[in-house]
Amino acid sequence: MDQIPVFIPGAPLLLSLVVPLLGRAWRRSVFPVAALGIALSALASAFTLDRVLEGGPFRYWLGGWAPPVGIEYALDEVSAFVSLAITSVALLALISTRRWAEREAGDRPGVFYGLALLLVAGLTGIVLTGDLFNLFVFLEIASLAAYGLVFIGGRKAMVAGFRYLIIGSIGGTLYLLGVGFIYFATGTLSMAEAQELLGSSESGRAVQAGAAFIFAGLGLKMGLVPLHLWLPDAYEHAPSSVNSLIAPVMTKVAGYAMLRMTLSVFPPGYFTGAVPIADALLVLGLIGIVFGSVAAAAQSDLRRMLAYSSISQLAFIAVGIGLGTPLALAAALLHVANHAAMKGTLFLAAASIRLRVGLQRTHNLAGLGPRMPVTMGAFAVGAVAMVGIPPTAGFFSKWYMAQAGLQAGQWIVVAVVLASSLLTAVYLFRALEQVYLRPAKPEPSGRHHNGEDAEEHQPPSAAPPVRGVVARASEAPWDVWVPLALLAAATVALGVFNAAIMERVLLPGVTP
Amino acid sequence: MTGTTPSVLPLAAVLVPALAAALAALTTERRRNLRDAWATLAGALMTVIVVAMLAGALDGRVHRTSLVEIAPGVELALRADPAGMIFGLLVSVLWVAAGVYAVGYMRGEHERKQTRFFTAFGLSIAAAAGVALAENLLTFVVFYELLSLFTYPLVTHRETESALSAGRKYLAYTLSGGVLLIGGTAWIYTLGIDGTFQAGGFLEGAGLSRATEWGLFVLLAAGVGVKAAVMPLHSWLPSAMVAPTPVSALLHAVAVVKAGVFGMMRVGVFVFGAALLEDMGAWLLLAVLSAATLLIGSMLALRHDNLKRRLAYSTISHLAYIVLGVALIGPLALTGALLHIVGHGVTKITLFFAAGAIHVRTHKENVSELDGIGRQMPVTMGAFTAAALSMVGIPPFVLFTSKLYLAWGAAEVGQQAFLVVYLLSGVLAAGYLFPIVFRAFWRSSPDHPRYGEADVRMVGPIAVTAALALLWGIAPDFPLGFLELASRVAADAFPGAGVMTAGGG
Repeated sequence: MDQIPVFIPGAPLLLSLVVPLLGRAWRRSVFPVAALGIALSALASAFTLDRVLEGGPFRYWLGGWAPPVGIEYALDEVSAFVSLAITSVALLALISTRRWAEREAGDRPGVFYGLALLLVAGLTGIVLTGDLFNLFVFLEIASLAAYGLVFIGGRKAMVAGFRYLIIGSIGGTLYLLGVGFIYFATGTLSMAEAQELLGSSESGRAVQAGAAFIFAGLGLKMGLVPLHLWLPDAYEHAPSSVNSLIAPVMTKVAGYAMLRMTLSVFPPGYFTGAVPIADALLVLGLIGIVFGSVAAAAQSDLRRMLAYSSISQLAFIAVGIGLGTPLALAAALLHVANHAAMKGTLFLAAASIRLRVGLQRTHNLAGLGPRMPVTMGAFAVGAVAMVGIPPTAGFFSKWYMAQAGLQAGQWIVVAVVLASSLLTAVYLFRALEQVYLRPAKPEPSGRHHNGEDAEEHQPPSAAPPVRGVVARASEAPWDVWVPLALLAAATVALGVFNAAIMERVLLPGVTP
Repeated sequence: MTGTTPSVLPLAAVLVPALAAALAALTTERRRNLRDAWATLAGALMTVIVVAMLAGALDGRVHRTSLVEIAPGVELALRADPAGMIFGLLVSVLWVAAGVYAVGYMRGEHERKQTRFFTAFGLSIAAAAGVALAENLLTFVVFYELLSLFTYPLVTHRETESALSAGRKYLAYTLSGGVLLIGGTAWIYTLGIDGTFQAGGFLEGAGLSRATEWGLFVLLAAGVGVKAAVMPLHSWLPSAMVAPTPVSALLHAVAVVKAGVFGMMRVGVFVFGAALLEDMGAWLLLAVLSAATLLIGSMLALRHDNLKRRLAYSTISHLAYIVLGVALIGPLALTGALLHIVGHGVTKITLFFAAGAIHVRTHKENVSELDGIGRQMPVTMGAFTAAALSMVGIPPFVLFTSKLYLAWGAAEVGQQAFLVVYLLSGVLAAGYLFPIVFRAFWRSSPDHPRYGEADVRMVGPIAVTAALALLWGIAPDFPLGFLELASRVAADAFPGAGVMTAGGG
């Protein structure tokens, strides 16, 4: 039982090496094996969470080597919970987009699933690790896997993916630079030790610079305004199987890493005192919330709209760190899980729509609601949760964030957090109005046939005959909509049972 | 209101309509008789459930369901206290009538997507029941927001361009109001105050600064003021009249707008409390705004030829009666306000039902086209006339009783100015309703014998609600104890004052 935590990143990591080889010999086996890997990881996360809740946080030394020589996993309420959240969402996403993966990965499904497993291994590693440098390693593992996955999407994805790669590498480098500074100042890479040493010593300029680099690097990775430019293109042009895997979890984990820095590396209250990082995050977060929503409202492409919406939602996490109170941090962590579920629902629904009708401009989706009842029902649940109608998940992260703002006397936070639900309503209810209340059009309309703007009907292979015509669309196959419906249900359940999560998991986790 | 007793009934009252919605969705258009029966059956069942809680509400053993801890230290809990019972009874009884009527109307108008309609209808009723029975502010907010959400597909039901734009306006108003309400609620819980509704309010003595109290008042009152259509937050309501008439009738005469005024009552009496409102002077702001709404609404109603719009402005004006009754801070005014919720509910639903029946038969929607209609649709227009008399406040109809209490209440607290407003508005109501009656019965039209009464599923409910408007005017306590409940609320809210009890009307 003591060795269970190692399976969380270990199972997908090991299988990610096996799957590409397996793909050459026995192609049909790769999907079940990949799903098994992620399922094992989710199961191990659940066991770990259970153990943490029973016996309190514990540390796991990889291979039995104690730090500073070995690598340490810090298993506490927060890491186990976030790890469970992302592995569960990733598993559902993987199952629901299997048909897309078959098309998009072409004749090399082993590569696709290998990268997906690698991504999950990297992400869970980031979440669990208690070592600053190890976090960098996992961050790069996850990022490299993500670049590879985006590249699968074809020519436009190449350009977007390349930009993603360059900016992501800069982010990783900045982070590593920051860790270097911390190492010089403290002589340790262990988060726990670093926190002790930083707390007792007078913090010098080196540490401050280190902190600034670390947060800039992670800010880039999570798409914090104004470092968000890579994100919309990458999400829009990535293959459908990929963006519903990356979008709900990838940027959230970078946000989580930022939270981890605040909680476990730098001493409590560090950023509100010596270094104005908290204020900077607060301001950027508030700008990001508004900017992301406004930009999302200007998009006609569904996935691009959702990408900007992610920028807005991730900015919530920055605001939580900026406020820095236990309640704000807990709200930000709750939002990590909530947003993974909500955005996962929306992206999976988008993938399902694309699977059946091949369209994704919102104005072309008119009349789709009754034709794809489960998909669009799940989309509606996700949208309502994003807007923050109680008792869905999205309401409660906003509720706690508003309370945290009130406690801190930050009126502007309260106003922006509450107003953001109206801004979100603008673009999501517009989409719902199209889908449910407008009649289906006989032909999709783009800006006619001038190359770029016309709606693309790709990929052509294995396309069902109704592509492009909403009026003849029908519900996606059950293996697509069942995981989607589960995720939508989870979005509601996370809201209804949020008090248990807050009280038992998150609030104890963020209280020093 | 002394003790509570654990019970599943409050939860059942919310779940039954939600279940009816689910069943309607599953039954679909192919078996439409079964689908449409669910609403009526569920309405009857819901009425039985609510009535079963009546005795408890009156003798101080309030039925209560605690569902789940929805935020640390805050329960999602339902409680059938006397105030909630008034609204709950009204919604369930009128849902039965509206359920039957809706079937006749939707088929008569050959509306599309009736399954979606009946599903959203049931969900809206469930949300309204939740608003009625919410035990604390957060629970109230949950259902209040759900009510906005579930009524949106009803407003936009026709899917025309004007319906869609009315829907957008509706969402913009109600969601903005919801945001203010959420802000105020979050603030209260952040201050460490338990948000459980208490007769007499829980904010007094919480040691808040005057600025905080005003901040909370503005947020909460504006939040519920949107649905209560207090000017200047009212303009969504006339626009929402593009909805099919059963929606206008039940939701925009009963469930949604009454959720707004009921919320105003909860905020005024159960959150702030009389003493605090008076001490702050907030009552005066509310009273002036609602008095203005009352008069302006009535005058605007005079100007509109479209029947449903005229009724919508009349609704705005009558909602302001209730808000003003809450703002006057007196036991009699409060009793009158609560009775007016009931009385206006049955009266206005009759008027809307009649408007819908006329539309189904004649496709006419303007007052100027209704010459002679009374001779062709005597039952419908007879009921309309009864309701019009009630609206004006002629005895022995129900709105006479409630207006009597309101006027009496205004005199009791020494606010003669508002007494005059109440009386004046009665005259204005005569001005915008009696011409319709006059045209219907005393003018003739060339169309004379062309139309007959509408389907019995429409005429029946019209006659029943008109009869209720008369019955509850003569005997407000028969059989549902509205006056007793209202007096009970007033007695709890003003423990010092000697309150007239049942039979005082």
